[in-house]
Amino acid sequence: MPTIAAVDDYIARIEGTCGAESDIIVVLKFDKKDQALEKILKKAVLKSQIAGMIYDLRFEEYSFRVYASGKIIFKGIQNKQTLNRILAELLL
Amino acid sequence: MVDYYENNNANVHRGVHSLSLEATEMYEKSREHVTKFINANDSSEIIFTRGATEAINLTAYAWGLNNLKENDEVLIFLMEHHSNIIPWEITAKLCGFKIKYVNVTSDGILDIKDFENKISSKTKIVCLSHVSNVTGVANDIKSLSKTTHDHGAVLLVDGAQSVPHMPIDVQNLDVDFLAFSGHKMLGPTGIGVLYTKKTLQQKMNPYQGGGEMIKDVTFNSEKQLCNISWNEPPWKFEAGTPNISGIIGLSAAINYLEQIGMNNILAHEQDLTKYAIEKMKSLTKISIYGPTDSSKCGIIPFNINGLSSHEVALLCDSYGITIRSGYHCAQPLHQIFQIPSSARASFYLYNTHEEIDYFLNVLKEVQTL
Repeated sequence: MPTIAAVDDYIARIEGTCGAESDIIVVLKFDKKDQALEKILKKAVLKSQIAGMIYDLRFEEYSFRVYASGKIIFKGIQNKQTLNRILAELLL
Repeated sequence: MVDYYENNNANVHRGVHSLSLEATEMYEKSREHVTKFINANDSSEIIFTRGATEAINLTAYAWGLNNLKENDEVLIFLMEHHSNIIPWEITAKLCGFKIKYVNVTSDGILDIKDFENKISSKTKIVCLSHVSNVTGVANDIKSLSKTTHDHGAVLLVDGAQSVPHMPIDVQNLDVDFLAFSGHKMLGPTGIGVLYTKKTLQQKMNPYQGGGEMIKDVTFNSEKQLCNISWNEPPWKFEAGTPNISGIIGLSAAINYLEQIGMNNILAHEQDLTKYAIEKMKSLTKISIYGPTDSSKCGIIPFNINGLSSHEVALLCDSYGITIRSGYHCAQPLHQIFQIPSSARASFYLYNTHEEIDYFLNVLKEVQTL
């Protein structure tokens, strides 16, 4: 029976950052990061990139960067529900 | 550490069997080694802790709760790491003393005038870092120690950022307490040291209770209570089984540092810092905080215009460069700098000019974003 993909399939951890900024770091599971990156690049608007290592992206009104190392940094997302919704739209 | 686990693994100061005696000898030799490394007067002045944080907590609880009362004052500088603020805020609520915070200038330098205005006969302890973990500014401990002692107070120095990077002589500096961590000086995590001047140890109660820190526990069946007498320092402050392998590892790390020479390490770091700052100054989008002269230690806090410190750290990480971002556990200093956070490049004995050139090239790339 096929399983339904979930956001947790792609995400190892979500970290808040210390500092007055409201940055959120999403760490992708190592073995899923390339697959996740491919999905994100299909759905978000690519603004710029550096050498296939760093992708500067926009989805809805939110800017974020994805690193080929498997980390995503979101700026200006105020609550967990919004983050979860955006991650679901990008990854599922 | 491997040798200890493979050949001498036993608890210390507990058994009469060979393994325990061997482990005890390694443990106490390590204490003697630390004693010499910071030129303490006696090995009983060296208390092993989990790190600098626990060392400061030990001071606040074991010395503070026994010596501070209402109307007494504790002076803390606003450049301090949270670990030299929070233990005092907690114990202030327990025994009612007052904390006075001493200003730091917008350049990240101690405001000595404010210190001299705030220190008084009410001051019982002054708490400050030897080297700021945010800016790398090295404070003049000897001079501050004299002012502190002239007012009848004692001095606690957070040496987490100085002991690994420069020669330290606690007798020459005349500090009363010195806290530092093993993991910042090539040693293992979970081990640290509190140096306490011997004369102060008698004024300190135990920090934690358990095995090793007591001499006698005799049960009085009539009164249904235990009469307890404490062990001698330093064991009075080392309850329970200590981090034996960590302590042996710390001694090995010190041995390594000594072979290179602490003066050589300091000179190397200052050279790298000067080199990096000169190059970073040429980058238009970069702001550096704190002084940029050669007297500072190997730490450079900075931001890149338009990027958060975390973005900078992640961008550097993509190129294999590891830097810290955020408050660095020193939020009040960031308030003084009026910045939301900072990225922090730091150097140690293993870094090279070539690595700094690579770092600068990455920053150039990053600031184009």
